[in-house]
Amino acid sequence: MQKKFSSDRYDPLSTERDALSRRTFIKGVIAAGTVAGAAGLMTGCSGGDSSGGGAGSVERLVTINVNGKDRPVDVMPNETLAHTLRNKLGLTGTKLGCDRASCGACTVMIDGVTTYSCSTLTHMVRNKKIVTVEGVGGPNGELHPVQQAMIEELAPQCGYCTPGQVVSGVALLQRNPSPTRDEVRHALSGNLCRCGAYNNYINAIVKAAGRA
Amino acid sequence: MAEKLLGNNFTPPDVRAKVTGASKYSEDVRVDGMCYIKMLGNPMPSSNVTIVDTSEALAMKGVLGILTENDVPPSPPPGYPILTNKPRQLGQPILAIAAENEAIAAEALEKIKVNYEAQPFSLDPLQSLYPGGPNALEEGNISGGRSIPLGVLKWTARDFAEAGETRLPMGEAPEEWAVGDVEAAFKDAAFIIDEPFVVASSSHQALEPRSTLSYWENGKCFVYGSSQSQSWMMPGLAAMLQIPVEDVVYIAEFCGGGFGAKASPYPTMAIPAYMSKKIGRPCMLRITRAEEYHIGGSRPGFQGQLKVGFDKKGKVTAIDCYIVQSGGPSNGSGDYTAAAEALALVYTPTNMRFRGVPVVTNKPFHISQRGPGQNQIACIMEPFMDRAAKQLGIDRIMIREINAPDHDVVFSDRESTVTSSYIRDALIMGSDKFKWKEKIALSGKRNGNKVIGIGVGQAYHSAGSNGFDGLVTIRPDGKLHIHSGVGNLGTYSYASASRIAAETLGCSWENTVIEHGDSRRGLPWVLAQFGSNTTFTTTRTNFAAANDAKQKLKEIAAMDLGGAADDYEVDNETVFLKSDPSKVMTFAQAATRAIELGGKYDGHEFPDELNAVTKAAMPLVAGLGLCGVAKDNMPKKGTVPALATGYAMIELDTETGKYEILEYTAFVDCGSVIHPQSLEQQVRGGGVMGMGMAATDRMVYDPQNGLCATVDLYHTKPLTILDIPSNVEVGAVNKPDPQSPAGVKGVGEPVMGCAAAAILSAIQDATGHSFNRTPVDPDMIVNAMAGRPQSFKPLQVNI
Repeated sequence: MQKKFSSDRYDPLSTERDALSRRTFIKGVIAAGTVAGAAGLMTGCSGGDSSGGGAGSVERLVTINVNGKDRPVDVMPNETLAHTLRNKLGLTGTKLGCDRASCGACTVMIDGVTTYSCSTLTHMVRNKKIVTVEGVGGPNGELHPVQQAMIEELAPQCGYCTPGQVVSGVALLQRNPSPTRDEVRHALSGNLCRCGAYNNYINAIVKAAGRA
Repeated sequence: MAEKLLGNNFTPPDVRAKVTGASKYSEDVRVDGMCYIKMLGNPMPSSNVTIVDTSEALAMKGVLGILTENDVPPSPPPGYPILTNKPRQLGQPILAIAAENEAIAAEALEKIKVNYEAQPFSLDPLQSLYPGGPNALEEGNISGGRSIPLGVLKWTARDFAEAGETRLPMGEAPEEWAVGDVEAAFKDAAFIIDEPFVVASSSHQALEPRSTLSYWENGKCFVYGSSQSQSWMMPGLAAMLQIPVEDVVYIAEFCGGGFGAKASPYPTMAIPAYMSKKIGRPCMLRITRAEEYHIGGSRPGFQGQLKVGFDKKGKVTAIDCYIVQSGGPSNGSGDYTAAAEALALVYTPTNMRFRGVPVVTNKPFHISQRGPGQNQIACIMEPFMDRAAKQLGIDRIMIREINAPDHDVVFSDRESTVTSSYIRDALIMGSDKFKWKEKIALSGKRNGNKVIGIGVGQAYHSAGSNGFDGLVTIRPDGKLHIHSGVGNLGTYSYASASRIAAETLGCSWENTVIEHGDSRRGLPWVLAQFGSNTTFTTTRTNFAAANDAKQKLKEIAAMDLGGAADDYEVDNETVFLKSDPSKVMTFAQAATRAIELGGKYDGHEFPDELNAVTKAAMPLVAGLGLCGVAKDNMPKKGTVPALATGYAMIELDTETGKYEILEYTAFVDCGSVIHPQSLEQQVRGGGVMGMGMAATDRMVYDPQNGLCATVDLYHTKPLTILDIPSNVEVGAVNKPDPQSPAGVKGVGEPVMGCAAAAILSAIQDATGHSFNRTPVDPDMIVNAMAGRPQSFKPLQVNI
């Protein structure tokens, strides 16, 4: 019953994603010459303090554009975007469910394209615009129509996948202001929800489409 | 009259934070000086460990400390230790390292010199029951529930030889009960099915791994955890940390899913606290997805034999069920006995025998998962019901109606009763909503390789308890604060079950605040948020607390305005004289007076019958306003049955074995509906989990080395949005349960089981083949359709 995976984020006509594929990600890690073994991939988590130096990486100051603002930040060569966002920029709305590009809880937009930030290296997105769940609403805390509709439809259950679902929904409406239910399903197909709140997410995004 | 709250939709207070990303789960919390922990997990299914040398690791720059079994209290078998040198499952934590960051901690783990002495292991309960078979623990191979102590049980070789490969060997059963005369009933039966079955163990795989942050401050231990429950966690945490319950500060405002595996304190939760005590720094233990598969619990699997006899009218006259439960390396859960209770209630057999044995294995610790026991057996029994209906020429809905329990049902050897049962109504209303008669006409309809299957499933869970505490405060600003000790599992029942207190006190929802998620807010003792019990259990506690507050409001009004307390009524955020409503006090005035009066009025005095956790919370609320606090002493008799029915239409490709779920409808008996949106959400979500239980949920082990092949989401394949129908219809009988002041029952668990059963029923309908197994994957379907034997034996596990 598992259908062929066909998320909008893997649009075969798009070239943008090529720069951000998992293969490129792994190549990037290797090229960065970081510690061997699992530790290199795992540091998703090193807490922002390299004082121990054991990980063998040297942080470098880069500037990334997050939610419309240029944010200078010290990053290691093997540092994932999810790690930078969560542990260095305080943007913990982006969640880690697997840290292995399976679940989609870490979904952010990079130049408008939904991307798993757990499998994207921060140093590869320096000249791109990153939007996280914290950045989809208005400048004064106004909710995006997708967020508002998710509240009205009581879409989240445990809420852990919700930021990823929000980002995928917002990205869809930016591309396609009036999607069908099936188009919504495909847009959200990279975001797992173990609570199974899928129907409510579809309902919410269809509802938001009329308002966005 | 104040607004009517129960039965209407509302926006739970925590949902906004979930959509904005402001919600803080334990892994999102940052405190100054926080360091990180990584654990060394056992690399094999069972070993005896000698830690040879840690000096190189500890000498590394950035390494802060190590924690071994010597630093934590022991937990002898069948307990599950916090850390151990005798790990009895793959991935079981042996020791932990704290460092400035995780990379350093991980590197340090690799520098620790450890000797592993491999031990015999058991992954298949039947293998362990065979004479001379391996025992998962040195002390034995069975342990379960409350009744079976850890010990050794071996069946005879003859038991196995007589059964062959197509029947469950049925040796000595440590658990056995019977009602009526089962043998005689089988003799008289018009139709009998007697077959072996397997339900796979499966991971709960909540999306949020169970990370914990802990530190000590002013003699108290602060724990930020990922748990379904709140107050329920306190005594267990206190015991694990060996401190008084009032010295535990537990914060769990959000929980990214639990499904039973985060209901109670779990061993790894204590590691950051002990490490923090040792090194004097706040410690964060992040759990990875792979670790979560090892230490995050899994649903006990079943190997069994189910024999069911029907009379010619379709009534189930006899059930004989034997279940071998596959547990982990610790005390097994009661799934297998719960399964028997479910058979006894849902199908009302007049004669029944149950036998069971809870076997321990060297797999992850097994713990209740949504619908523990009941959902496993629904997956097997419901397709049996379809076969009987077909054989006896009875409609498949009708045969379920014929066997459905009424309010006066008496079931199992315990002669249990129920508070109410409307499953027959659910069957009638649900099949109407699904348009069963139209759909069943499509059964077997072919379109090329594709064939339509129609399915129906039912499931049950005991869903409500009593005897816990409720607490409300009315503050001098006139607001009602409802203190909820319930966790935040994502069902919103912490909020919907609180509304009865506001309604009872005539308080608008706008002026109601729910205090939850942090023990510093003064939270009363209630049951864990498991077993679909919250809605029933805590509407009662909140009702009790609200009535206590109501009485105190009346007493204060009588003191100040004259007359007797009973002359007063409470509504619209005021207390007023019934005969002269101009004699009135606002909530704000009454709260101020309560603080002046002190004593019982503002919570400085409280009933001695309250639980220790509630008593520990009282100093935190005393003096804040008028305090209503009470134990739920309302009468309760019988089991509170949550009952659910599901209906599915699938289109199955006979060449690929894949199928699409075209339609799914669920209809439930949950008593009165107090929050329509959260009910719909639970029924739909449970349905998705159930569809996954039928199709993909399982843990797989390599029998030779005992290694786990399912350690990531793309191995276990929880269903995606493309795997389920785009629309799911939901309905409820909506008739009140007489033993709840709000008429409510829970329903979160059977909504999974009925969906799993409905899909399996539809697969059987489409293929004409009985699999007697979960999950059913496309390979099995292709083999069945081609008339080829399956690649496994009927009772084989870990496939």
